[in-house]
Amino acid sequence: MKEPVDESRDEVVIHFAGDSGDGIQLTGGQFTETVELFGNDISTFPNFPAEIRAPIGTLAGVSGFQLKFGSVEVFTPGDMFDVLVVMNAAALKINLKNLKPGGIIIANTAGFDKKNLNLAKYIDGANPLIDHSLDNYQLHAIDITKMTREALKDFGLSVKEVDRCKNMFVLGYVYWMFSQTPDNTIKFIRNKFKKNTEIAEANIKALKTGYNFGDTNETFKTRFRIKAASLPKGKYRNINGNSALALALIAASHKNNLELFYASYPITPASDILHELSRHKNFGVKTYQAEDEIAAACAAIGASFGGSLAVTGSSGPGIALKGEALGLAVMLETPMVIINVQRGGPSTGLPTKTEQADLLQAIYGRNGEAPIPVLAASSPKDCFDVAYEACRIAVEHMTPVLVLSDGYVANGSEPWQFPESKDLKEFKVHRPTGDEFVDEQYLPYYRDENHVRPWVVPGMKGYTHRVGGLEKEANTGNVSYDGNNHELMVKTRAEKIEKIADFIPKQEINRGEAGADILILGWGSTFGAIETATKELIEEGLSVAHIQLKYLFPFPSNLGELLKTFDKVVVPEMNRGQLTKLIRDKFLIDAKSISKVKGLPFTVDEIKERVLKLREYADQK
Amino acid sequence: MQTKNKSNGHGENLVAKDFATDQDVRWCPGCGDYSILKQIQTILPSINVPRENIVFISGIGCSSRFPYYMNTYGMHSIHGRAGAIVSGLKSVNPDLDIWMITGDGDSLSIGGNHLIHLLRRNFNVNIVLFNNQIYGLTKGQYSPTSPKGQVSKSTPFGSVDRPFNPITLALGSEGTFVARAIDRNPIHLREILSAAHDHNGASFIEIYQNCNVFNDGAFEEFTDKSLKDKNTLYLENGRPLLFDNESKGIVLDGFKPVIVDMDSYSPDDCWIHDDEDKIKASILAEFFDYTEERGNYLVLLEYFIKIRGIPMSRYSRIRSTFINLKEKLIWIHCSVVITSGKLNKA
Ligand SMILES: Cc1ncc(C[n+]2csc(CCOP(=O)(O)OP(=O)(O)O)c2C)c(N)n1
Ligand code: SF4
Repeated sequence: MKEPVDESRDEVVIHFAGDSGDGIQLTGGQFTETVELFGNDISTFPNFPAEIRAPIGTLAGVSGFQLKFGSVEVFTPGDMFDVLVVMNAAALKINLKNLKPGGIIIANTAGFDKKNLNLAKYIDGANPLIDHSLDNYQLHAIDITKMTREALKDFGLSVKEVDRCKNMFVLGYVYWMFSQTPDNTIKFIRNKFKKNTEIAEANIKALKTGYNFGDTNETFKTRFRIKAASLPKGKYRNINGNSALALALIAASHKNNLELFYASYPITPASDILHELSRHKNFGVKTYQAEDEIAAACAAIGASFGGSLAVTGSSGPGIALKGEALGLAVMLETPMVIINVQRGGPSTGLPTKTEQADLLQAIYGRNGEAPIPVLAASSPKDCFDVAYEACRIAVEHMTPVLVLSDGYVANGSEPWQFPESKDLKEFKVHRPTGDEFVDEQYLPYYRDENHVRPWVVPGMKGYTHRVGGLEKEANTGNVSYDGNNHELMVKTRAEKIEKIADFIPKQEINRGEAGADILILGWGSTFGAIETATKELIEEGLSVAHIQLKYLFPFPSNLGELLKTFDKVVVPEMNRGQLTKLIRDKFLIDAKSISKVKGLPFTVDEIKERVLKLREYADQK
Repeated sequence: MQTKNKSNGHGENLVAKDFATDQDVRWCPGCGDYSILKQIQTILPSINVPRENIVFISGIGCSSRFPYYMNTYGMHSIHGRAGAIVSGLKSVNPDLDIWMITGDGDSLSIGGNHLIHLLRRNFNVNIVLFNNQIYGLTKGQYSPTSPKGQVSKSTPFGSVDRPFNPITLALGSEGTFVARAIDRNPIHLREILSAAHDHNGASFIEIYQNCNVFNDGAFEEFTDKSLKDKNTLYLENGRPLLFDNESKGIVLDGFKPVIVDMDSYSPDDCWIHDDEDKIKASILAEFFDYTEERGNYLVLLEYFIKIRGIPMSRYSRIRSTFINLKEKLIWIHCSVVITSGKLNKA
């Protein structure tokens, strides 16, 4: 037996792919947990088909889970893979193009029979595992199905049950390959199948068999070691974007003694926020699965009127339905948070894929002059900060606030050093001070110096009043059709939102220096790719900087000034240039768009390439 | 918080006019809405709820201007959505006494979805539907309750759609209190409103309301002196179904209710109203309502069903189990602890 060669690496990208019934997400999730416990920094990207059960073996049915882990800071799940694990031919067909030259393929040969090859549309059933087309890679072709069946033959399980364990064989094999122990997964399996020890033991056996196969098998020449990352000391947990949003809402409500009310209608990729929050009734969280998105938005308005921290969440199509209600919330000037976990559009679009094409909808998508602050989350853990901040702005400025997330940060995960309660900001909740009376009559639209009105809720004695969607007279809130009053109110509501810029942090530069030749300006989930691209471009000697916007409306007060220090501004977005439009409009800057709308996040190389291309083009002119 | 707002003071010894606001009521003179406003203002002093705990929420329509005229908390919202707003408000504050004001367009057309779900969820709120069988605010288009053949601005040759029966709809939506009243019988209307308030669950009241501008006389058969006795029957729990000065009655022939002359029947032969019998309520609602074309028909008023003992919505119960775990916050999810750059399971 050959002794394996240990190879140490700073970071590795591994991609697990197989049929959506192959347990790929679970396998990826387990691998993530293990390397995270070991101490690596990580970034994950689950990518699954829209159909719950697309036909087995087809290209449409391929489910993927990508993970980058390293001993250095990791910002993205990676562009190209070092290791590709494929359970069938379709999975290879789809993913091979993203495997690095010389990369490792671990393939289940049982998934490359005639039927699978045909389903994967290999011409004339040509089998890539034997036709030398993969010679530029390190191929490990293993009959995983057969070996799993062999290992579990004494368990008395059905073939179907046995075959379900084959993902554990793969996982064991991969653990060996990356010098990780299977212990955490063994614990996980025991817990998951508490009620069915047979199945538990079968899975564990498969896992160990896979691990031992790595140990004893001749083919493997290299074993990787990735050292633990040196993250700052503290308490961490792995978090995905949707959970981070949910936890932020609970934190905001508890820290500020407000009850949390979350109303939603199920929609991918936002449903997990509802799922997560529904588990926390013990924190007084009230979740409300409404009959539709309009009802969800309206129920949140009702809850806000009733004094709760009211939140509604959805994705593009649902946000479209909520539009009229959001206008009402603007008119009422009541605090509320609206979360849009964006997906590919328009219409039903690409429900399980990511996109950032709802920015203009968020800022402008209502009838009349109806300004609503808009914030965007740039990574899974940033979802916490952004949602918490959105709650703060909503309550302190008595306004609905929109949070933009997207499918990429919603499902992706990373280690998160979570804050302690004492580190969380306390909100200033506006209650009446006593100045809001004229002739002993309460004025519900009496405002403070920031145009903010008090939050009075039914049940408070001495303050009965009426609110509504009709234009209201300043101060009294009585219905008014007077044109001058309307103009005054439109302006006042707009100014109230503009003033929020005075209460948010000034824009900082994420990387690089003011005055650099090129600024790469991003918002939302493009953060990781832009940050890495900028880092590499700087290392390559270019004068580049990176700014990632969290506050999209209103912009931070110093943004215009800051942008003008750069020679060129380029804006990578997963849309057709929506932020580019806003920047051009607001600051009269010749910002250039780098657009991608493929339902997939930017890769680092894409951004680098296109930044360089724009630079060349500009130089020629 | 101190009470500064004198006119909004606590409800001891309040009278109807204390529930009026200083806003001019802007309905057309003669509109049926006035009577409904008056009856609601009249019963409020007697329901024993502090004024600050009363909330009126409406959608959009003539009827939906209602909250502006009530000196309580109120919200005039958007077309059709009052039911959803009510649900959210009641979820977070079950102690409030919430009245939803809506029209036939507001709740049966654009807001139909919210109405049925509000009834299904059975929040303890009062739903008051002003049915004038027309769109008033938008100046006279036919509505989902307009009888077939209705000539309106949008149906100059007569409508071809069949109307909804709001009572059947409410029963079908698992309503636990379903009643009908009419603007022109104030005493009865007040009784129904009070009963609705007392009901523990969602109470649904359809009120026939005359729109004297766009659909005048829609309910004349039930209000005209010479016709109303013949055409209306007030259900009374435990009592036989008799009308027209007890000269006519209703007997059950199998599952079919039949109108009979009391000359040849005794009250004992008649159907006895049982306001907790849902099946009978459905039969009554189905058999004695709209004929497709408007003509002489019998309308039943009073409650069709009033199921007692159904608990308030589960949302209100969550409140009582609310525990403040402030400091523990949410980190129960914490799975991993890093000490000096190394992750251990917490
Ligand atoms: C989204 C929306 N669509 C349409 C309208 C216009 N609109 C206002 S009230 C109304 C119908 C009102 O009829 P009904 O609910 O029966 O009330 P009524 O005025 O008869 O009391 C319509 C169509 C609106 N305000 N909002
Ligand atoms: S239009 Fe009809 S319903 Fe509206 S206020 Fe006038 S009479 Fe009443």
